[in-house]
Amino acid sequence: MSVLIDKFDVFAGGFWLTLQICVLAAIGALILGAIVAVLRISPVPPLRAVGTAYVNIFRNMPLTVVMFFAAFGLPALGSNADFLRIPGLDAIFNRLGTDLPYFRFALIALVLYTAAFVCEALRSGVNAVPPGQAEAARSLGLTFGQNLRYVVLPQSWKASIVPLGSVIIAMIKNSALVGFFGVVGDLSQTADQLTSAEGYAFVPVAIGISIGYLIMTVPLGALLDRIEKRQAVAR
Amino acid sequence: MSQQSVLYDVPGPRQRRITLISSLVATVLLLVGAYFLIYQPLDDKGQFSLDLWGPLVDPSDENFSLVWERIGTGFKNTLMAAALAILSSLVVGTLLAMLRIQLKSLAQRRFTGLATPVSYLLRGLTWLLSAVTRICVEVFRGLPVVITIFFVARGFPEFGVTFDTLWYLVIGLTIYNSVVIAEILRSGMEGLPGGQSEAAAAIGLAPWQTTRMILLPQAFRIMLPALISQLVVVLKDTSLGFIISYEETLSIGKQIIGALDNPIQVYVVIAVLFIVVNYTLSKLAQYVQRRLSRGRKTAGTPAQNPPPAALMSQAEGGGMGGGV
Repeated sequence: MSVLIDKFDVFAGGFWLTLQICVLAAIGALILGAIVAVLRISPVPPLRAVGTAYVNIFRNMPLTVVMFFAAFGLPALGSNADFLRIPGLDAIFNRLGTDLPYFRFALIALVLYTAAFVCEALRSGVNAVPPGQAEAARSLGLTFGQNLRYVVLPQSWKASIVPLGSVIIAMIKNSALVGFFGVVGDLSQTADQLTSAEGYAFVPVAIGISIGYLIMTVPLGALLDRIEKRQAVAR
Repeated sequence: MSQQSVLYDVPGPRQRRITLISSLVATVLLLVGAYFLIYQPLDDKGQFSLDLWGPLVDPSDENFSLVWERIGTGFKNTLMAAALAILSSLVVGTLLAMLRIQLKSLAQRRFTGLATPVSYLLRGLTWLLSAVTRICVEVFRGLPVVITIFFVARGFPEFGVTFDTLWYLVIGLTIYNSVVIAEILRSGMEGLPGGQSEAAAAIGLAPWQTTRMILLPQAFRIMLPALISQLVVVLKDTSLGFIISYEETLSIGKQIIGALDNPIQVYVVIAVLFIVVNYTLSKLAQYVQRRLSRGRKTAGTPAQNPPPAALMSQAEGGGMGGGV
């Protein structure tokens, strides 16, 4: 068990890096997912087709393949994802600015993959709004944008918060994959490093890593359960 | 589609014109964007040359049959791992769900017929067991599948148990997915109308008989779409086998890339394979869901079975939270 204490800084560092990835990917996925969701409900057919295609492609592809695409495809497109070296932001998330692009590639893959699920969560929320609401808003003469902004979205937000939460939890768990794609120092790569390279006993390391992930996922899941129960009562 | 017609009126002539024009503009913009941002850089790097694509699409290429034979092997391995994992997680998940429901009903019993210490012992035991299963469920649902698979592959040899890599993958996937399936089934059973189990108790069925004969079949039926979606998740997760160097589609792809040096092309082919299979499966799930809701309507009992809609969303959320 001593490895948990001796190498506490390594575990904490891994946890911190995983947390960084998750926060950044969550922000990115929420933004991109919202954009795709808007595309999917837009009145213009080609945009709708793009949104649907995006969701179908990324939802049915393993994240592993998305990661490989990011790692091989982006360089082929002539980009090292340098646009993610946002001044100011990379002071907090220092991995964004490193010369090795793997962190940025992994982040992009995670965002692209999760955005498809975020889009579906948002859309299911929009679908949950009773049709009468939007119809009433239309008969008042609200435009499409006003309808969304004042009537549909405020209500759909409530219905999509729980699915969104599940998507974010799933994303946290998916972020474990980045450790196997060359991002040095996150929780899952720490497990590999400590057990195979530094020869520590397996069980304590496994416990440490598990605690690291459970700290992130279990409270969030419990919170979602509570929100869900409260909503069920409110309904 | 129904929701689209809700958000905006049936378009009139002016609106139709606007839609048509903006469609054309959007199409042109998308095509131009795709050309300059995707096609041109790829073409500049020669990613469309037949040297790279040939082995995958050109039957006359010397490597064509070899490459596809390897991909076929890999895909067969992927499907095999997925099938084994889903079967075993269905079995384990069902047992786990039954156990948890059983423990829950036992927790309310006071074992009055027995001597006091024995009854306290039994009550303590049920409490302990339900706590243990609860913790197991929370832990394995909260851990990433990658980590579970990795732990299985690293941990079992540690204790002197070694298998083929296939079995590490299957065990890892089973641990995770059986917990998820157990939760799906449990929420299905708990969402059933209370009258079902009350009626079962009234005709004298024991709790486990009630679970087995009354609740479980209905839960399976209601949760079938969620279970099929879980199948998609399992199929996607088998691709994690490459971490423990199981020879599934992705590892084979890596080998091909090592020989032919055409990563993008190989991954496109693999992605298409996965997308086709998974898309078919999710369509199947949708079809089953439609049929189930229709069957309920024709049976003329919609009022008695209100939970499905609410339950479905909940289960899908749970499935997603668990899975993807």
